[in-house]
Amino acid sequence: MAAVQTTGERTLNKLAIVSVLIVTMIFLAPIYWIVSTSFKPRNLATTVPPTIVFTPEVSPFVKLMLKRSQLREQPTPEEYAAAPWWERLVFDGGEKVVRDGKGEVQLSGYPSRFLNSLIVAIISTVLAVSMGTFTAYGFSRFKVKGEDDWLFFILSTRMLPPVVVAIPMFLMYRTFGLNDTHIGLIILYTAFNLSFSVWLMKGFIDEIPKEYEEAALVDGYTRMEAFFKIVLPEAATGIAATAVFCFITAWNEYVFALIMTRRDAQTAPPFIPSQVGSGLPDWTVIAAGTFLFLLPVAIFTFLLRRHLLRGMSFGAIRK
Amino acid sequence: MTEIVLRGIQKWFGPVQVIKDLNLTIAPNEFIVMLGQSGCGKTTTLRAIAGLETIDEGDILIDGKPVQHLKCSDRDIAMVFQSFSLYPHMTVFENIAFPLRATRMGKADVDKAVREIARVLRITDLLDRRPSALSGGDMQRVAIGRALVRQPKAMLMDEPIGALDAKLREEMRAEIKRLHLKQGSTTIYVTHDQVEAMSLADRIVIMHEGVLQQVGSPEEVYSRPQNLFVAQFVGSPVMNVSPAAVRDDGGAVSVAVDATVPGFPFPRELLGHLNGHASGGALAMGIRPEGVLVSREARDGYVPVEVHLIEPLGSYDIVDLKVGEAMLRARTSAGFVPAAGERVHARIDPAQAHFFDTASGQSLGVRL
Ligand SMILES: Nc1ncnc2c1ncn2[C@@H]1O[C@H](COP(=O)(O)OP(=O)(O)OP(=O)(O)O)[C@@H](O)[C@H]1O
Ligand SMILES: [Mg+2]
Repeated sequence: MAAVQTTGERTLNKLAIVSVLIVTMIFLAPIYWIVSTSFKPRNLATTVPPTIVFTPEVSPFVKLMLKRSQLREQPTPEEYAAAPWWERLVFDGGEKVVRDGKGEVQLSGYPSRFLNSLIVAIISTVLAVSMGTFTAYGFSRFKVKGEDDWLFFILSTRMLPPVVVAIPMFLMYRTFGLNDTHIGLIILYTAFNLSFSVWLMKGFIDEIPKEYEEAALVDGYTRMEAFFKIVLPEAATGIAATAVFCFITAWNEYVFALIMTRRDAQTAPPFIPSQVGSGLPDWTVIAAGTFLFLLPVAIFTFLLRRHLLRGMSFGAIRK
Repeated sequence: MTEIVLRGIQKWFGPVQVIKDLNLTIAPNEFIVMLGQSGCGKTTTLRAIAGLETIDEGDILIDGKPVQHLKCSDRDIAMVFQSFSLYPHMTVFENIAFPLRATRMGKADVDKAVREIARVLRITDLLDRRPSALSGGDMQRVAIGRALVRQPKAMLMDEPIGALDAKLREEMRAEIKRLHLKQGSTTIYVTHDQVEAMSLADRIVIMHEGVLQQVGSPEEVYSRPQNLFVAQFVGSPVMNVSPAAVRDDGGAVSVAVDATVPGFPFPRELLGHLNGHASGGALAMGIRPEGVLVSREARDGYVPVEVHLIEPLGSYDIVDLKVGEAMLRARTSAGFVPAAGERVHARIDPAQAHFFDTASGQSLGVRL
C-alpha cells in the first residue's frame, strides 16, 4: 500500500489529518464536559471559568443511585464512623440516605429508568431488525404485486415528524391501557424503526447475489434454510448497521417517552432532566446520569464497529 | 446412471419465448454440451432442469419420473453456476461440505468425503482458505468439488470456465474430462466456446434463439451440419457459405460462386443428389476453409483466383481468395502463399462441400 507520494500530496495529507483532529475535538468537547463534570466535587461543577484540574470523585455516581434527603441535623461522630464509605459521601454533601422501615437502603429512580431504557431499546431493536430483514428479503427476492407502492407506503410512515401523532397516539394508548407500559413503548419504537429497517435491509439484501441462495437450493436446502445459512451471514454487516441505528433511535427517544410514561415504564431520557427542576440542581449527579446513559450506545457501536466499517464481502462471485 | 428426458419444453419470460419446444433425451453417463450464442436460452434450460426456473409447458423426466413440479432440493441435481457462487463466509472445506450437511451424513463421513474430493481436485491445501483468497481456477475447482461431493444424479455446469484465461481453460477442460471419465455422472455442460464443446462432448446440442438446431456427436455436427446456422456456428474459422449456381454443360458439372468466373468442377452425381434444387436458384454451397485446396501453379480443375488477405495463425494461414466478386477463405500451411495480391489457383474438394436450401436454411444432405 506504500504508494509514492509527492511533497504536495504529503502536505495535503497532513492538512487533512489536522482538520479531522479539529473536527473530532469539536465533537468530543461536550462529551468531555459531561464526563469530567460527573467526576467533579459539587462546588467545582459550575465555576467560571471551568475547572480543568481537580481530584476526581465518585460521589456523583453514588448519589445518582441512592434515594437521598436533606440533612436536618449533622450526623453524630459515631453515626458517621459507623456508616459505610458511600453513605459518608452522601453525608459529606449535606444529605442522608433514605431507608425504609426495616432499614433497607432505598435506590433512586435512576437504576430502574436505566433498566427500562435497556429493555425497551433492546427488544424494540431486535423486533424492528428481524421483521425488517424478513420483509426486505421478501421484497428483494420475490415478485410482489405493487412492490414500489408498498415500499413507498412503508417509507411514508417516516414522512411526518413523529411528534405530530403524539396526541392521537396518547389517546389510543390510553384506550388500550398501554400508557406507561413496556409493551407500549416497545410497539411504538418498533413501529418507528421498522420502515427504516426495511429500507436499509432491502439495500443490503439486494446486494447479495441471489445465486448464493440458488446454489444452496440446488445443494439440497429449503428456502428457509438457505435464508438462515446463507443470506443472514452475508447480511451481517447490514444487520449490524441497522441494529445500531435502531438502537440509537430507541435509546435516545425523548418526546414519546415523556408523554407516554410516568413511572413504571419511564426511560432514562425523560427522567434525567426531571431531576434538574427540584431545588438547586446538582449538576454533577445529572452529568453522572448522562454519562452512564451514553455508555450502552458507545459500547454497542464499539462492539459492532468491524461490521460497520467493513464493506460487503465480495470476491467469491465472478463478476 | 441417470437418464434425463426433456419433452416439449416451452418457457416464456413475459412476452418473450426463451425455450421453444425443446425435446432431448440424455443417456445415462452421457456428457452433453449445450452450445449456443449468448442469450439463446442455455442457462434458462439448465435452471429449468435444476428446478430454479418453472417451465410453462412440457415434462422434465429424470429416470422416467416427471420432476417439473418438484423443488430443487428434491431433484438431487448438482449445478456449477456461471458465476461460481462460492459462499463467501465459509471456508473452502465448509463450501464443499455444505451439500453434505443438508443430508443426515455423520461428521466423520463428511470429513472423509470432502477430503477425498479435495484430493481428486488437488485443492487439499486450500481447504482452510476463504473463497476470496482463491484464484479463478481454484474457485472453479471448489465449485466443481461442491457439485461432485454428494454424487448427484446429474451435474449441470453453466460455462464453468468461461471467465478463465486461455491457458487455464485448456487445463481445466482436460481436468473436467478426466473427472467425468472417472465419476461418469450424467452431465450437461453449457458453453459458447465451440472448442470446449468439441473437446468435451459425447454429443453436442446446438441452440439458437431457444430452438434446438442439431444434436449429434462433435464429428457429426462438424461434418454434417443440418442447417446454415449450425454450419456457420460450428468450426473456426467459419465455413464459407455463398450462393451457388450449378452449371451442367453436357459433359462436366461445375458449381460457380460467381457468374463471371468458371465454376469449380464437381462429379456428375451431384445433380442426382440435388434433386432438382440445382435449377431453382435458391442454393447455397458451404465449404470449410480446409476444403478449399490452393495451388501455386495452374492445375487441372483449379480456378485462378486472387489472394486478397493473409492471416497467419501460427501453425497455419487463413487466406482470403477473391473468386470474381465472391470471397472464399482457404486454409493453407504456414507461409504457403507469400504475399497478398498474388494470383494462385483454387479448387473445392467435392467430398467436403455442403449444399443448403437458402429459403429454409436446411441442408440438402448431399454427400459426395
Ligand atoms: N429472469 C428473466 N426475466 C426475463 N428475461 C430473462 C430472464 N432470464 C433470462 N432472460 C432472457 O432469456 C434469454 C435467454 O437467457 P439465458 O440466460 O438462458 O441465455 P444464455 O444462453 O445462458 O446466454 P449467455 O451465454 O449470455 O449466458 C435472454 O434473452 C435473456 O434476456
Ligand atoms: Mg448463461
